[in-house]
Amino acid sequence: MSPLDVTQPAPATGAGAAAGHDAHGGHHASPTPIGFWIYLMSDCIIFGALFATYAVLGYNYAGGPGPKDLFEPGFVAVETALLLFSSITFGLGMLQADKGRLNGTLMWLVVTGLLGAGFIAMEIYEFRHLIHIGAGPDRSAFLSAFFVLVGTHGLHVTGGLIWLITLVIQLRMHGLIGANMRRLGTLSMFWHFLDLVWIGVFSFVYLVRLI
Amino acid sequence: MSTEQIQPAETFSPIFGRLTLDWIPYHEPILIGTFAGIAFGGLVVLVLMTYFRLWMPLWKNWVTSVDHKKIGIMYMVLGFIMLIRGFADALMMRAQQAMAAGGAEGYLPPHHFDQVFTAHGVIMIFFVAMVFVTGIMNYVMPLQIGARDVAFPFLNNFSFWMTVAGALLVNVSLFIGEFGRVGWLAFPPLSGPSFSTGPGMDYYLWSLQIAGVGTTLSGINLIATILKMRAPGMKLMDMPIFAWTTLITNVLIVVAFPVLTATLALLTLDRYLGFHFFTNDFGGNAMMYINLIWIWGHPEVYILIIPCFGVFSEIVSTFSGKPIFGYKTMVWATACIMILSFVVWLHHFFTMGSGANVNTFFGITTMIIAVPTGVKIFNWLFTMYKGKVRLEVPMLWTIGFLITFTIGGMTGVLLAVPPVDFQLHNTLFLIAHFHNVIIGGVVFAVYAAVTYWWPKAFGFRLSEKWGRRSFWFWFTGFYFAFMPLYALGLMGATRRVNMYPDAGWQPYFIVAAFGAFLILLGIVSTFINFYVSIMNRKALACGNDPWDARTLEWATQSPPAPYNFPQDITVRGREEFWRMKQEGFSWSTNYAPIHMPKGTATGVLLAAGALVFGFAMVWYIWWLALLSFLGMLVIGIGHTFNYNRDYYIPVDEVAATEAKGAMA
Repeated sequence: MSPLDVTQPAPATGAGAAAGHDAHGGHHASPTPIGFWIYLMSDCIIFGALFATYAVLGYNYAGGPGPKDLFEPGFVAVETALLLFSSITFGLGMLQADKGRLNGTLMWLVVTGLLGAGFIAMEIYEFRHLIHIGAGPDRSAFLSAFFVLVGTHGLHVTGGLIWLITLVIQLRMHGLIGANMRRLGTLSMFWHFLDLVWIGVFSFVYLVRLI
Repeated sequence: MSTEQIQPAETFSPIFGRLTLDWIPYHEPILIGTFAGIAFGGLVVLVLMTYFRLWMPLWKNWVTSVDHKKIGIMYMVLGFIMLIRGFADALMMRAQQAMAAGGAEGYLPPHHFDQVFTAHGVIMIFFVAMVFVTGIMNYVMPLQIGARDVAFPFLNNFSFWMTVAGALLVNVSLFIGEFGRVGWLAFPPLSGPSFSTGPGMDYYLWSLQIAGVGTTLSGINLIATILKMRAPGMKLMDMPIFAWTTLITNVLIVVAFPVLTATLALLTLDRYLGFHFFTNDFGGNAMMYINLIWIWGHPEVYILIIPCFGVFSEIVSTFSGKPIFGYKTMVWATACIMILSFVVWLHHFFTMGSGANVNTFFGITTMIIAVPTGVKIFNWLFTMYKGKVRLEVPMLWTIGFLITFTIGGMTGVLLAVPPVDFQLHNTLFLIAHFHNVIIGGVVFAVYAAVTYWWPKAFGFRLSEKWGRRSFWFWFTGFYFAFMPLYALGLMGATRRVNMYPDAGWQPYFIVAAFGAFLILLGIVSTFINFYVSIMNRKALACGNDPWDARTLEWATQSPPAPYNFPQDITVRGREEFWRMKQEGFSWSTNYAPIHMPKGTATGVLLAAGALVFGFAMVWYIWWLALLSFLGMLVIGIGHTFNYNRDYYIPVDEVAATEAKGAMA
């Protein structure tokens, strides 16, 4: 058997050929988007477990207040609107980034962050109010499940805000370079994902239980 | 020894939380002896490392390394260390049960015995079996698909150190405080705030939560690696079976582990903030926990066994000198098991009382899993059929597995029948069953894999003599240790008893203890094997392809260079390396600079922060918890400001490395 040179371009039946250069990043597209997407799916399952817990325990009031005593549709509608609009503004920011406009991107990111902060502020207000009137998470299994599901979403949004602030700083430092575009892309996926989860929360935690 | 449980009074100080000197178990001679042993051993290691100036090499080449091969080896080291700890627990239990018959109390008081069986289960599943299979997947899979590293090398390092942090937290509980006394899955309300007041249960929660982060991230990483980093031309259906089982296992990890995270978080909230998920009052529902934990727990056992199926597939094919029989059925059978593993969880608690119809559904789905598993068994047998089978040590383990696992599988089908399960639930029959499949499946696979891939990792084989000794001690030891438990289970012996009135059971327990002793000899033989082989490494040195194997990891040097392959390999089908060997191939000397990730200390620092955070939470040291959490946040965010994470290995260095390999 004569040794074949594996770097030679392979004839149809020939030996394996090797790409010449830069194998790590060369022919492979960045694994970051798919990796982050898989992470989001794992996060989705955490929310799935919490939704299931709410579905099972959500009627165990233990003699305490129920959804109709506690939830105010108007308040939740404003919260929802803030979050949904923040998704739109993030999308506008992404469009600016794709056009290579740093200032426009930063501007829309800041707007997104403010809307997200407004959402978190309203949620904190709601939680404080509930605890104040004696409807805290230790009151009943229903309230435990409610606080954890909504609170986990809130923690995610808070994490997203910290990430957003970090990325704004990094964008100002380095501009719209490849690494930052990738980060923008993943944060955008994260932000829209949280929006989607909130639609589930809004429907199953609040809306259905108010009918 | 007194059976009275000694629990220090609950006191709280702002600086030390509820940690007081009373929590140091200096009144337990067994623990003091262990501590003295570990402290002395640790001191010897520290002195030797300082003497030989090994600290910097350890830090630079291992701790901060993002090389999947180094990380894989570190996982294996962690697994063997934790195996010693978990097995010591097993010996203690076997000794206790062999003694404590007919009114005798044995030597372990109940509160200690309960910690021992909890720690044994937790350690063996999370820090031995999981760690071993993760290590093997980490080391082997990227090589098999012709990749330079995993998709996210830094994340891989971080995952490993989080696993270490979890393992350390479990071991800290040995000398500071106590461990849970609740069984390995910690069912509430026993594990809830009313009945487990001490820090033991909190050690359980935080160590699993920290290690679980590592496991989930590692799962994401390995899936992305397989999807994105395969050698040019390699289609999914061209991958070796082990790479397939790695993919499917990690899908299971990513789907199942978040449920564990959520479940443990809910129990944590019950314990720390008075929530009512699983409490007896205020509308809590303990059965919700048991459902949730088994929705993770059943896929978990497949997470352990599926990569092992992959290991055996590679070994059977190599040592039979044939391609694996029924490649496609192997892949589809594994995929079926992946799906089915999510619809059987209720068979762990048929006795819950969900009614005949629900039990029937889950009984039938459980039995259906035996079908794809049977497909695999026949595929392995047909691979051997008419092959030139070489009975080397990895093949011994494989045949041992085929026999043992089949028996374990059949007792599993028995347990899947709900009326039978009502008799056998929580008896030693169940214990015998799952040890039958986990030892016969996972442990045998780990031994087979270590023997098989050791020459790849280090460039020399393990001693055949000691490998065979290890196998025969484990194999016979297993049967002596667990066959009596089947009989005891049928006689009605429940699991987790620290004493029993019926002296008629004692002979069985003594035989089981003898089996455990044989397994001890098997483990000792393993370590002798490592020692003897390392000492004789010159004589045992072997080439790149010592077993005449068929997959790509054998195409490169042993041990592989940091970049794995000097050039990319264009893959044209299954068993590319076999085809390359038929055609006769050698690496070209036409090298190009290779793009590599840089090592980083961020992973180990974050994990150290997590360890401190976990410890602080266990002991209610709130200021320390806050401080370590903020520290992790700063380190984590700080890491994202580093844009300079890779470098190129220059052509000369590649050429030099390859030339050295060619001479060896």
